Amino acid sequence: MLEGLMTGLSTAFTFTNIMMVIGGCLIGTFIGMLPGLGPMSIIAIMIPVAITIGDPSAALILLAGVYYGAVFGGSTSSILINAPGVASTVATSFDGYPMTRQGKAGKALTVAAISSFAGGTVGAVLLMIFAPALASVALLFHSSEYFALMVVGLSAIAAFAGTGQVSKALLMTFLGLIMATVGEGVLFNAPRFTMGIMDLQSGFGFITLAMAMFALPEALFLVLDPNRSKTADGESAAEIKELRITKDEARRIAPVIGRQSIQGFFIGVLPGAGATIASFLGYAVERNIASKEEQEQFGKGSVKGIAAPESANNAACTGSFVPLLTLGIPGSGTTAILLGALIALNVSPGPRLMIDEPEIFWAVIISMYLGNLVLLILNLPLIPYIAKVLAVPRNYLIPFILFFTLMGAYIGQNNATELLILVGFGICATVLRFADYPLAPLLIGFILGPLLENNFSRAMQLYDGIGFIWERPMTLALLVLAVLLVVLPSYRQRRARDRAEGVADGD
Amino acid sequence: MAIDRWIALVILMLCLAYGYAAYFTMDGLLPPIMKQRPIWPSTFPKVLAVGGILMSLSILLNLEKPPAKDGPADINLSRLGDYNVGQALMLLGLMVAYALLLRPFGFLAATFLFLSGGSFILGERRFLLMAVVSAIAAGFIWYLVDAVLGIFLSPLPFFLNGG
Repeated sequence: MLEGLMTGLSTAFTFTNIMMVIGGCLIGTFIGMLPGLGPMSIIAIMIPVAITIGDPSAALILLAGVYYGAVFGGSTSSILINAPGVASTVATSFDGYPMTRQGKAGKALTVAAISSFAGGTVGAVLLMIFAPALASVALLFHSSEYFALMVVGLSAIAAFAGTGQVSKALLMTFLGLIMATVGEGVLFNAPRFTMGIMDLQSGFGFITLAMAMFALPEALFLVLDPNRSKTADGESAAEIKELRITKDEARRIAPVIGRQSIQGFFIGVLPGAGATIASFLGYAVERNIASKEEQEQFGKGSVKGIAAPESANNAACTGSFVPLLTLGIPGSGTTAILLGALIALNVSPGPRLMIDEPEIFWAVIISMYLGNLVLLILNLPLIPYIAKVLAVPRNYLIPFILFFTLMGAYIGQNNATELLILVGFGICATVLRFADYPLAPLLIGFILGPLLENNFSRAMQLYDGIGFIWERPMTLALLVLAVLLVVLPSYRQRRARDRAEGVADGD
Repeated sequence: MAIDRWIALVILMLCLAYGYAAYFTMDGLLPPIMKQRPIWPSTFPKVLAVGGILMSLSILLNLEKPPAKDGPADINLSRLGDYNVGQALMLLGLMVAYALLLRPFGFLAATFLFLSGGSFILGERRFLLMAVVSAIAAGFIWYLVDAVLGIFLSPLPFFLNGG
């Protein structure tokens, strides 16, 4: 591990790469603060830039920096104007915004920054410990286990989608997988499902799809519902002072940060759970175990109420890198987009990454430490200035967001048809959002599709049929787990409903 | 029928068409030698089609209990009338126009028109400010993408580009 750390240090500590981290964090914070652009959209916008850099380590360091910055930026807008850019920072607004209204915005931001820093750093340490261990287990896997593992990942994402949402999430996953089969596959040198359209020959672009699924609907919702884009009005966000926290407050949040960093990390490792669940759960757990008087404070501006979700969501973001870097399986929309970027850079994440290209793996870990440090010492003092971006009127903000989604899709491909595809899918995605269909599973399915099919085909060829399912116990066990993950929650929910109806009838 | 079930119906149709192609038309062109292999280009799509059909049926037939509505949803369809649907549609139209005009007009002009058009649609009437902001942004972004990142973007209209 020490050797790896040294490799990482020597890769990350070049002038260019340090600039990448700093630049990435600043850009991420800046854009992440805007309503309507979450980490997923920002990373998708930055991918063409990262690909132009060419060097995979530098590109990944930049994207990772953007990711941390965006998460931090999202917390900032939750605290300052009660407009969480992403779901994972909703819990932060519960106590962050009340503090702002009490004139303690500076203090709230400091607590958030320190908790994020601690969560991210603890997460990086745990990642360093667990990833190599998991990767060495994963090296024993064959294509059939990979196939099964991806199925587990996809079904876990659906299973965590929430009550009544499982079939919708699964349907979206299938739709993503179906869309991934369009175009010329790697395995068969023949185009499939292109309907004779030349532009579909190479399949749909994943950046286009990512923009269409997230950035565009979010921007359209801002147009549709003007209340969504409330930017700083009367109670101006510019008044940020008193960044300091007292000794007593530091003493009170320290154990919270410790607990939530660890809990958040492990929730983040699970596919589909991710930062949102980690932050809500962290908030709930800390409220329950707090003393009576402190419980009263929650929701009214408790420092603990900011520290818990902030350390948990940052640790979870780091945790979500574990399955990505060791198995090559993304557990969340954001890591799915990062996986797409890695594939575009000719890096295949998975257990061999640590052996074949250790400098990339370790550089990412080092960049996590660096990124967290940058956020703490660089961003925090700059926040009052960066927060000015919240004062941009929506008449200008929205055309720019739309323009950036267009640019993101165009730059990668230099093809104007891509823009029409973007608008078309964007409309579909908006309609799907209206009907409460989750969109992340679609994108994850789309990105995992080719990998899933390749492993499936390889296993089929090796075993001359689907025999691999029962001939390899590990594969069978994983597939059974996948089925249980989907079926059990629905079954329990059904039973609960039947029981509830039975009681109602009995009465 | 709620909108989510209508969507499930549409997706079901898509999956049926996809499945039809996978099961009946795709393999026709397959060379005989490929047919010896255990896996065909249509194998995986066949599995996906079945999965997609089953899931859309499950939603269509309401096999899974819809979640109890907790609080106001992300965005509420019944309030569609209160929303700025017109603005959203016009902006989408503007995006399509941008896609079609980007090449003939060149990046600078198309972007300038897009940004000022966008803020106009959203209700901006300070024309001078609008023009200045859009012009600076278009120029700056072009410089950033072309000169700094080294991605070529044709800046000028076709007739000034020498072809």
